[in-house]
Amino acid sequence: MTHLPLDLQLLNACAALMLLLAFAMLSQGRIVSLVNLYATQGAVLAATTLVVAWRTGEGHLYFSAILTIAVKVAFLPWLLHRLIRRLQVYWDTEPLLNISGTMLLGLVIVVFAFALAQPITQLANTAMRDAIGIAIAVVLLAFLMMITRRKAMSQVIGFLSMENGLFFGAMSATYGMPMVVELGVALDVLVAMLVLGVFFFQIREQFDSLDLHHLESLKEIE
Amino acid sequence: VELLLVLALPAAGAMVFGFLGARREAAEINVAFSLGTFLAACALTVRVINHGNQLVAHEQFFVDPFNVFLVTLTAFVGLTTSLFSRPYMRVEMAHGRVTAGRLRLYHSMYQMFMFTMLLALTTNNMGLLWVAMEAATLSTVLLVTLYRTPASLEAGWKYFILCGVGIAQALFGTILLYFAAERVLGAEGVTALLWTHLDAVRSQLEPAVLALAFVFLLVGYGTKVGLAPLHSWLPDAHAEGPTPISAVLSGLLLNVAIYAVVRCKVLVEGAFHSPLPSRMLMGFGLLSVVLGAFFLFRQRDIKRLFAYSSIEHMGIITFAFGMGGPVATFAALLHMTVHSLTKSSIFFTVGHAAQKAGSQLMDNIRGLITLSPTVGWGLMLGALAILGLPPFGVFASEFLIITTAMREQPWATPILLIALGVAFAAIFGRVQPMVFGETDAQRLPHPPALLPVFAHLAIVLLLGLYVPPYLAHWYQAAASFIGGP
Repeated sequence: MTHLPLDLQLLNACAALMLLLAFAMLSQGRIVSLVNLYATQGAVLAATTLVVAWRTGEGHLYFSAILTIAVKVAFLPWLLHRLIRRLQVYWDTEPLLNISGTMLLGLVIVVFAFALAQPITQLANTAMRDAIGIAIAVVLLAFLMMITRRKAMSQVIGFLSMENGLFFGAMSATYGMPMVVELGVALDVLVAMLVLGVFFFQIREQFDSLDLHHLESLKEIE
Repeated sequence: VELLLVLALPAAGAMVFGFLGARREAAEINVAFSLGTFLAACALTVRVINHGNQLVAHEQFFVDPFNVFLVTLTAFVGLTTSLFSRPYMRVEMAHGRVTAGRLRLYHSMYQMFMFTMLLALTTNNMGLLWVAMEAATLSTVLLVTLYRTPASLEAGWKYFILCGVGIAQALFGTILLYFAAERVLGAEGVTALLWTHLDAVRSQLEPAVLALAFVFLLVGYGTKVGLAPLHSWLPDAHAEGPTPISAVLSGLLLNVAIYAVVRCKVLVEGAFHSPLPSRMLMGFGLLSVVLGAFFLFRQRDIKRLFAYSSIEHMGIITFAFGMGGPVATFAALLHMTVHSLTKSSIFFTVGHAAQKAGSQLMDNIRGLITLSPTVGWGLMLGALAILGLPPFGVFASEFLIITTAMREQPWATPILLIALGVAFAAIFGRVQPMVFGETDAQRLPHPPALLPVFAHLAIVLLLGLYVPPYLAHWYQAAASFIGGP
């Protein structure tokens, strides 16, 4: 067993944390804790970016890390907490599939994600190619979370967590995307959250609740 | 310079409306901005015809025959829709369905939406293409929910979540594309997402990675195209939003999404010579045609009816691009043009018809021909045109697609023909009583703008009878570039 250099060990630890956090979010029913988990995931993502930036010496990755901290660790969680307080939604109702079932399904998804990542991992020449499988797993787990949750708020956090997974994938496969794209994506996520904030109030005004079973009247066949 | 104007005018328009607040003449200003954009797009077209492809601003923007034709089409339909929306939104205000403040949001977002679509069309950067597509979704979410009814909120939520998740898949596809490109173009990261560079090295890209990337990109952008089984947001968003938005969603946004899919297909097909991308496009296309056609029968809401018709036509276009080859690609481009013109003109007449009847349910809309002969005839002619009756342009493109299918993919021909027949029966059976039945509805407070309807239908008719040589040449240039020799 050879010793890995420190930075690689750090990166692998970050990857493991990402996966752990994804599972934690999957099982968490309290929305406030969900937001905190999301912020932690953002922080891990920023740490990964910083380590990669230090390792490769690419300047734009530092900016990317700062952007991640500003948007995903500070601003979005703040906005979400504010929304939670204003809207008084603290708990998600019982998910469509019970927690243990969801966790088992999540395990299957992780195996599938690693199988899917196989061809990419073989070709990648970055230091953390093994993390690509984890990135795909995080994306799919967030997807699962969006499917099983009933409250609009948890679905949105699932959506944001999926976006974190995508960025983590970009980081591990190619050391990040070009700057202009990262800026654009960050802008889109910000605008999406603002639009959603407006949207939540509209839903609330109409239905007095953020439970999505109110939003099931439009059907393909009438 | 023209390109700058094309992009800057709608962006400026959005800001002007944001700051200006609610004014009485906002609708006229909206028309003026759209007219300016259209003129700039025409100037850009002339430049491309005279000087060939344009690469500007550090190669970040790229204009070739394929996208310049879509830019012009987008700007044109944007202009006519703004003309149509002027009296339409006045009537909605008179009916008390929108307030002045929401009208301001509407105009601002309308221009923003035009800007994002034009950006998606002209950018050379696959990443920016993604950003613009996502922004197009975001700018229309609040438009779909403009009326704040429970149904429109549901439609908006579905639209946001489905398209958001879909487009996240496309982002993953883009990351994979970048990953494949970086291995060939070097890790500088500046040029590796530029479409022109990718196209130049496409035969060296890693096939296994590109295949995976294409699956994600197709699913992602395919959600926006409304390909079955990812289409379920489309009828809701079309039916619940204001009608001018239905017209631009159906006539323009779907085209832009197809544009993104085709750009990706060109790259992937160059990378490996297996028919996988074509087969996937044909499969999704056929499924959409069949599903779209059969769901037409079950609809009671007039805007949902034509939304399913859009799904069916997007299926036909995707199928044609999947077949490839110069003729089918030519036909697909022609079909994109005529579908977008016809469908938007149908939505214009449908909007007025629904306003007159005070309901979107087809059972409540009757006797358009006695109420207002022009709206009645407009809807009838539009429906005939979209059903592919000669001499309209849709007939020409569908005929070309089906004859090519007979030669290249004979197994698909009966499926296409049956679906078209079903669609014909469904739509014609619905439109006929709406136009000719008995009625006792009232006249509208503002006269409808029918110039756009007949302008669109006239162009579609013209394209069916005779495609002008310069336009044919233009389509062929685009087709040879997409379809390959």
